[in-house]
Amino acid sequence: MTEPNIAIETRNLNKIYGSGNTEVVAMRDANMIVHHGEIVALLGPSGSGKSTFLTAVGLINPPTSGEIFIGGTLVMNGPKPVVNVRSFRRQHIGYVFQKSNLIPFLTARENVQIAMELNGTGSREAKKRAQHLLESLGVGDRGDYRVIMLSGGQQQRVAIARALANHPSVILADEPTAALDSRLGKQVMELFRTVAREYGAGVIVVTHDQRTLDVFDMIYEMEDGAMHQNKTVHPTKAYFNS
Amino acid sequence: MNLALKDIRNNLGRFAFTTIGIGMMLMIVMGMAGIYRGLVDDATLLINHIGADLWIVQRDTRGPFAEVSRVPRTLVYRALSVPGVLSAREFVYHTIQRQHKGKQLRIAVLGLSWPQDKGDWLPIVSGRALGQNHFEIVVDKSLGLPLSETLKLGKDTYTVVGLTHNMVSSGGDGMAFVTLWDSQSIQFDAPAEAIRLERAARDQRGESNELFQSQPFLTQQLNLPASQLPAVATPALSAVMVKLTSTYESDRVRSIIAGWDDVSVFSRAGQEELLLEGMVDKARRQLGMFRALLTLIAAIIMALILYTLTLDKIRSIALLKLIGAPNRVILGLILQQALILGGLGYAVAYIVGLKLFPYFPRRVVITNEDLIQLAFVVLGISILSSLLGMWKALTVEPNDALMT
Repeated sequence: MTEPNIAIETRNLNKIYGSGNTEVVAMRDANMIVHHGEIVALLGPSGSGKSTFLTAVGLINPPTSGEIFIGGTLVMNGPKPVVNVRSFRRQHIGYVFQKSNLIPFLTARENVQIAMELNGTGSREAKKRAQHLLESLGVGDRGDYRVIMLSGGQQQRVAIARALANHPSVILADEPTAALDSRLGKQVMELFRTVAREYGAGVIVVTHDQRTLDVFDMIYEMEDGAMHQNKTVHPTKAYFNS
Repeated sequence: MNLALKDIRNNLGRFAFTTIGIGMMLMIVMGMAGIYRGLVDDATLLINHIGADLWIVQRDTRGPFAEVSRVPRTLVYRALSVPGVLSAREFVYHTIQRQHKGKQLRIAVLGLSWPQDKGDWLPIVSGRALGQNHFEIVVDKSLGLPLSETLKLGKDTYTVVGLTHNMVSSGGDGMAFVTLWDSQSIQFDAPAEAIRLERAARDQRGESNELFQSQPFLTQQLNLPASQLPAVATPALSAVMVKLTSTYESDRVRSIIAGWDDVSVFSRAGQEELLLEGMVDKARRQLGMFRALLTLIAAIIMALILYTLTLDKIRSIALLKLIGAPNRVILGLILQQALILGGLGYAVAYIVGLKLFPYFPRRVVITNEDLIQLAFVVLGISILSSLLGMWKALTVEPNDALMT
């Protein structure tokens, strides 16, 4: 168990691909703590292990060793899941990725609705809530549109709505603004911050976008699989001063 | 939310064409069964309609439907003398091919024992049964002859007085019904020259025979038609049909007639069985092979289509796994699509088949039994064909949703 206000905690996460001469250490002793309502940036060059860390925390790609706690519960002990990962993902984790990753054969609202229905919400209730969520993110008028008919920014908002569908305690975003222009990118990052604050979720955002760093409460950096907290930047202060 | 229907909605045109394709293939499978049923129905039609309890045929032959059978006309009276026999009728049946108004007509001619049998048992849809013992004919509609049409067969001209429906031979030829005498005159019709030559040959044989030389009266007889010569047998029948006073008498009457050395006897069921085992069996096996192959091909095509449909949405499936969809939701999506494809294909097969089968040259009989059987086959191949797609879906990792 961890402190009750900690949304995510990782302890000495390692990920090693291959073995012997072909062994590649993608992540070494990665430690991170994200509190509820906090938004954390994860920076680093390509291949530094950011996505490996994010997919490990997201229970998609298990670490080779180390522990992951979500909402105070141990969920991964080394490569072994302690919980039913698919069910846990459904209930506690929201994902937003570089490409919007919406289901193309569903409409914007159905993409949000399906996440709710998979979690046991009735169809009518899910439809109502999905529409409400889209409206709160400013894309309510696009509910009946197919994904392909939405702009990049609108798709990303729908993806965020889907990530929020089941009130997750953790939201993981992998370069969510990469496909957006700077104005939209800033809007999306601010949206994450609002979500963290309003929903009390712990949010980790992998980003290369230096222009949006002032949104974050904390910044971590990764290089060659090693993670460290960047204490030279005080992003929250910068955000409130901006 | 039904993901299968949502995906179909997204690929409606493609799904519709695929369904039509599968439907047409299933229609052929359905049609094969119908053609077989039609063959059996056509083959047994006459046996079932004519209402004979026993068939007496030439010794060691399998009856008029399987091979040539010749029995003497007197056999009718012999059969009538057996206790338990209610009636005995001549059966003359042969197929002819004639030119009529520039078209080839293949006709299965059946002789009716006038005046006992005027063809009242025939399924006449237009006109009437035979009303006189010569030169009238009842034909099946499939021959394309209208009422009052005249038709020259042999040396005589016959007028169509009645039309039947679905009275065809086991070979699919339309049937025609005339009196027994007419059917034999059609069957044994010989050109005038052949008759003249035969008479000349008789004269020649008589001239060299001492008996004819001593009795000139006999020589005069040689010029008469063969049917008027007392020493020449009347044309043979194909078989004699017997009706019993009671079906309980069947075994006893059969055993008596079976004791006659010149004939064999079959029950109605026995004659039907011989027909099906002989003439129809190979067709049945042939059609069965086609059905099995087509069903297999339909299953393979369905499997490939479902696999392709699964591949098309593999990223969506990975994404569904990523957001926590249990396997049953994903497998359900594929299985439901397979069942919808199979179900709609079956419906297309049924609807198109109903419209198309009546135009087939041979009768296609679709029975409820065959429809139910095919429905289960379609259900089976739908499930089986979805397995490949399901396997692919199960092997996808949630991680694959993140691949660019």
